[in-house]
Amino acid sequence: MLLAMSIGVAAVVLLTGIGNGARGYIVNEFSSLGTNLIIVIPGRAETASGTLSTLAGRTPRDLTLDDAKALTRNSRVTRVAPLNIGEMSAARGRRERQVPVLGSTASFLKIHHLQMSRGTFLPEGDATLARPVCVIGNKISRELFADQSPLGEQIRLAGYRCRVIGVLEGQGRSLGMDTDELVVVPVAFAQMLLNTESLFRILVEVQHSEAIDKVKTFIGDTIRQRHYGEKDVTIITQDSVLATFDTIFQVMTVTVAGIASISLAVAGILIMNVMLMSVSQRTAEIGLCKALGAARGQIMLLIVSEALLLSAFGGCLGLALGLAGARIASWLYPALDATPPFWAIGAALGTALLTGLIFSLMPARRAAGLDPILALSRR
Amino acid sequence: MQHAMIQLQDICRTFVVGDQEVRAMDHVSLTVRQGEYLSIMGPSGSGKSTLLNIMGLLDTPDSGTYLLEGKDVTRLQDKELASIRNRKIGFIFQFFHLIPRLTARQNIELPLLLAGVGKSERQKRSSSLLERFGLATRSHHRPEELSGGQRQRVAIARAVVTRPAVLLADEPTGNLDRESGNEIVELMEELNRDGLTLVVVTHDQNIGTRARRTIEVVDGRISLDKVVP
Repeated sequence: MLLAMSIGVAAVVLLTGIGNGARGYIVNEFSSLGTNLIIVIPGRAETASGTLSTLAGRTPRDLTLDDAKALTRNSRVTRVAPLNIGEMSAARGRRERQVPVLGSTASFLKIHHLQMSRGTFLPEGDATLARPVCVIGNKISRELFADQSPLGEQIRLAGYRCRVIGVLEGQGRSLGMDTDELVVVPVAFAQMLLNTESLFRILVEVQHSEAIDKVKTFIGDTIRQRHYGEKDVTIITQDSVLATFDTIFQVMTVTVAGIASISLAVAGILIMNVMLMSVSQRTAEIGLCKALGAARGQIMLLIVSEALLLSAFGGCLGLALGLAGARIASWLYPALDATPPFWAIGAALGTALLTGLIFSLMPARRAAGLDPILALSRR
Repeated sequence: MQHAMIQLQDICRTFVVGDQEVRAMDHVSLTVRQGEYLSIMGPSGSGKSTLLNIMGLLDTPDSGTYLLEGKDVTRLQDKELASIRNRKIGFIFQFFHLIPRLTARQNIELPLLLAGVGKSERQKRSSSLLERFGLATRSHHRPEELSGGQRQRVAIARAVVTRPAVLLADEPTGNLDRESGNEIVELMEELNRDGLTLVVVTHDQNIGTRARRTIEVVDGRISLDKVVP
């Protein structure tokens, strides 16, 4: 009984803890992408990848570098980074491998909160200049250059020569991109490599979050003007993405609550049985108390408070278990801060107590209804 | 002449055992005066325990009237009955019915606890009774560590701790040896001399005849009512 109760409470505490941790992880992930960010994607629906969008043909409605440039003309916009992504071979001597290549501008470093390990990032200046330089990830550097310094060396990207000017600090995966395995080149150079004039997307950084709505309108208007009166882009803010995740986690929490309520119901039935047993074991004592002047209410109170004590004990045990489990989960996956929210702890304990209360009422009524004469005549 | 403590008028009580009706009380009328010492005798199954249960408000008669200290208690709510049992009536049982997990002192204090009496008052009263009944050194012992006579003394202390008007004893010596039994009877008689109304149900002729008044119950009727002058 105690076990079922504690498992119920532990499940709630642990799962909400992990859920909360996962949510925190994702929020964190998004803020590593850059805060106050607006993402402009060509077309009403998102295309799967950069290569696909190039294959889709160069219609005048694709996003272009000029579009990106136009978006800088607003005082609330701090940075704009056009983006192109493709995959191609990177080679040095006989070493060669496929790498994701990202074309952007100097702003990308700040927007994406990237750190340089060595050298410099892409140079500031005219984005339309296809300078054959690149910044590579740590892992690429190790694979192509082993222990040598890659700075100033040449590599070939899809057959084009290009000079390494910097190495990115390894930051692990971030939204599907591993900065360790990335090659970043000037956006115009990437367009040349990918043989396209359109952009995969444009990242727009806004001064502060209050300005996001105004800038969204600005972007929409600007694009419409430039695209012959059609707003043929999708504008995503982190808020909307986060809201989606929030919905997912809410559903998850409800599911957890469902599971927990089942185990708590089981615990409740067990409590009821334990209390019924304890009532029949102590028939004589209960009868005696009635003879000594205990009213029905007092007997009921006695039984109910005993059940409450039991469930409180079980609940605390479960809480300890759940917190320990959450601690272990955090220890196994440090990225996940699996601390259960206070409301979950409170709700779990509260439900445990409520279960104890509800399911002890029946045994309590039975005890209160005992005939003291019958109760006392038994030895 | 003392005033009436217990007045039973035309009490009937029928139990159904299997498909048979058993008339445990058959139009019984009985008056017990304040300070009286009454023993109820009779063969097993004659209805003497039923009579005691009705007097103790553990059982309610099917018909008839019960006046306790002049107040009609025949049709009261559970809460009022419980309160009267607590304040007015002390019970002693053949099998003591002490709570095994509690010490002698805690057992004695139980009725006070149920009545909501404060801790210091409870301790004061239980201490004085433990002292008076020669249990002072046993106050922290549990029932299983006490002899039969000691257990019954704890039970008596528990019965009188609320200073009731009536002490009802159901075969109080039935589970004791002769010597402890005599001790218990003497203790009850001492309480009776101090003014407590005492009603004892017993099989034991020796004890039964010590009472100043003896009634005999046979087949749910009072067949004999004898007062020793």
